Amino acid sequence: MPKVLEMKNITKVFPGVVANDKVNFDLEKGEIHVLLGENGAGKTTLMNILYGLYQATSGEIYFHGEKVDIKGPNDAINLGIGMVHQHFMLVENFTVTENIVLGSEPSKANGLYLDMETARNTVKEVSDNFGLKVDPNALIQDISVGLSQRVEILKTLHKGAEVLILDEPTAVLTPQEIDELGVILKNLTQEGKSIILITHKLKEVLSMSDRVTVIRRGKIVDTLKTKDTNIDQLAEMMVGRSVKLTSDKEDKTPGDVILSIENLVVKDTRKYDAVKSISFDVKAGEIFAVAGVDGNGQKELVEALTGLTKTVSGKVSLCGKDITGNKPKKVLEAGVGHIPEDRHKRGLILQNTLAENLILGYHYCPPFARKGVMNYAKINEHARTLISEYDVRTPNEYVTAGSLSGGNQQKAIIAREFYKDPVLLIASQPTRGLDVGAIEFVHNRLIEQRDNNKAVLLVSLELDEVMNLADRIAVIYQGEIMGIVEGKDATERQLGLMMAGASMEEAIEGGKADNENKIA
Amino acid sequence: MKTRLLNVWSVLKLPLVAILVGFVVGAFCIMLAGSNPLTAYAALLKGSLASLPSFGETLYKVTPILLTGLAAAIGFRCGLFNIGGEGQYVVAAIATVGVAWSFQGLPHFILVPILLITGALAGGVWGGIAGILKAKRGINEVITTIMLNWTALYLSNYLVRTLLNPSRLLDKLPSGHTVAVPEAARLMKLKVIIPAFGYSSAHTGIFIAIGVAVLMWFILFKTTLGYEIRAVGFNPTASEYGGISSAKNTFLAMFISGGLAGLAGAIQIMGLVYMVNQSPELPGYGFTGLCVALVGLSHPLGCIPAALLFGILDNGSRQMQLAGIPKEINAIISAVILVFVAGALLLKYINVYFEKKRGAGKPRFKEVREV
Repeated sequence: MPKVLEMKNITKVFPGVVANDKVNFDLEKGEIHVLLGENGAGKTTLMNILYGLYQATSGEIYFHGEKVDIKGPNDAINLGIGMVHQHFMLVENFTVTENIVLGSEPSKANGLYLDMETARNTVKEVSDNFGLKVDPNALIQDISVGLSQRVEILKTLHKGAEVLILDEPTAVLTPQEIDELGVILKNLTQEGKSIILITHKLKEVLSMSDRVTVIRRGKIVDTLKTKDTNIDQLAEMMVGRSVKLTSDKEDKTPGDVILSIENLVVKDTRKYDAVKSISFDVKAGEIFAVAGVDGNGQKELVEALTGLTKTVSGKVSLCGKDITGNKPKKVLEAGVGHIPEDRHKRGLILQNTLAENLILGYHYCPPFARKGVMNYAKINEHARTLISEYDVRTPNEYVTAGSLSGGNQQKAIIAREFYKDPVLLIASQPTRGLDVGAIEFVHNRLIEQRDNNKAVLLVSLELDEVMNLADRIAVIYQGEIMGIVEGKDATERQLGLMMAGASMEEAIEGGKADNENKIA
Repeated sequence: MKTRLLNVWSVLKLPLVAILVGFVVGAFCIMLAGSNPLTAYAALLKGSLASLPSFGETLYKVTPILLTGLAAAIGFRCGLFNIGGEGQYVVAAIATVGVAWSFQGLPHFILVPILLITGALAGGVWGGIAGILKAKRGINEVITTIMLNWTALYLSNYLVRTLLNPSRLLDKLPSGHTVAVPEAARLMKLKVIIPAFGYSSAHTGIFIAIGVAVLMWFILFKTTLGYEIRAVGFNPTASEYGGISSAKNTFLAMFISGGLAGLAGAIQIMGLVYMVNQSPELPGYGFTGLCVALVGLSHPLGCIPAALLFGILDNGSRQMQLAGIPKEINAIISAVILVFVAGALLLKYINVYFEKKRGAGKPRFKEVREV
């Protein structure tokens, strides 16, 4: 196979950190090559160098055997390198067509008018060529996340990309959509495109790629053919030690009801019902998971439980006491710990020091404050303890929270919330952005919390996580609970169907049919 | 320790470079005006720092702007742009005159604290109005405080002409100013303590101002109140998550901010002018306070050198004029310093804004290391 692309001895030094250390990476024509590594391993840095967002400190890039100098994204695009970012770069109130042609709009009358007709035809042509079906006239805000991603891919293809870089493309998709993406990528390679996939999810590596390059702490560990490796080997290469990907937990009979939700209705910021009459209980000594695709009311549910959003109707009780509509402070004082889904918006005050962040929520309680005067000796000591206990990687406790990497910020929040030893822990995507080693750690802490007879409400988009941890799983779809299943009976297929809106019965049927097909 | 020093430098570099650039640009302007910048700056320093009396003159200019600077700083810390230091200063000044007149029989050491509290309360209430409107109704404090500035000025002018006019209280001819505050209400001049201060009008108010700066540093950085105010200022949503009421702290910050500007008004009356004049325009201390807070990086202790800088520029301009340099040069220097500090801060905020927009905290203007 001819090499489309070669990166040789790429080194990128940021002040104080070597993000890429003499990295070699190559891409063959028509392959899907996964770049696998933990957060902060340097995979995104490497791809940003390829896409021209960063300049390498040293090293060379060869494209079709010729040395190239990529000074910015425009150079990359001109060469035929396209990137689909993790966060979509789409104009929400533009149509699919308008988004795809953005930046190279066809025009009439010497640039006076947009030629939407031609634009639509080009879009149709591109989407037919690659078998990526989209409605050219749909508005982005009306289409699903999976389709938006398709539009992003079309955008790069429209610009003539020959090499596609996809940064964590599966983070926002349902299992079914992930399968579809896999098919799309296969098709693209058959059309002669070459694809680089950035991910930290091991299962996808195995199902989607031809080759995999593992990067750890800025250095390449190895490049392997996917068919010659397995999930445990990859995990070990990625983390540098053997890790257990599933957590053991002993069977346990749950205790009293800790959190009880009855007919809860919550509106979102646009005043639509985001949570529609949800009821469930979370008991002491169990992990109760709410699974679902992002944006199906999970955020509003959690914010209503923690007092951050008003509830329209319904009742929330904690340990038998009605806490509906309580202020956040009261909810915290009632013994609720909360790992928020958005650590920048809710979890941390990025400009404040790490130590000050590690007491947020109990900053007014002794020993950290007495009579309104803060005891910074105690606060810093507390910070140092948590930093070492939770392995938060930071030069010291005085740096701003914003200067930590995402994974370490998350560890800091988790440390802070676990320290409270809450009766109920609400963990909203607690492992988002964490590396495999840290995920293992968080999972063990959640299970420990459960084993200590505390209630845990886990809200997660990661099916693996939900199935691995939960004693019971509720699937949420468009603000409604589609059903609650026992964790040990749940199958990925069944949950996936429910996440896409199937009722529990339909999902069980679907799951069965699937099994029968497999047997046949 | 070394890293902490580096941190301090990375923070201080912004205003120091801005000040340097300000003086360099000022030097060019002086040359354009046909004079020697070195002579000019020598005159500036001579006029403001060289002798105890001239330093005293600088000090009395520093006093009110240090306090209004602190007022602006605490607002900034809570994410508020209190542009109403003017109005808060004005209501406090008139209230001080009124209360001083009413309690003129009281001895000095009782009347002085009463008047300081009066000024702080009057300014606090004036700032607090904007605070409540912001906290309860989300009305932008910039608009309300600007409106309250003029309300305060015309209220003050009305009281000058009527209730507090010598014509009413002393049976004298109507005049454009209030009665003077009694002897017992006046702060001691520094020259009484240290005769070397000579002709200077400096008064003990400067010690109060510095004391308040230290107190504000303590409140902002060592108390839960300060912790909460700063938290709300940086990230209201995360504060809410941490059980911190953004409404309550917004009000408190506006109240304290107003109180500090009010204290400036009270001290100016008690230490220097002793009465309030009818005036067609705002006194300007509140606006200078915003500059002080910006150059002082909204740090209460940083406001002290910043206020000193503006005091020097103000006071030294007289000596510079004697040396034949137009006093507008100093306005140019202040303006350039401000533009640079504010510009750099603006860039920082734009950066933060874009980071928020992009969600993942990705760099825009500079490369941020990945760890």
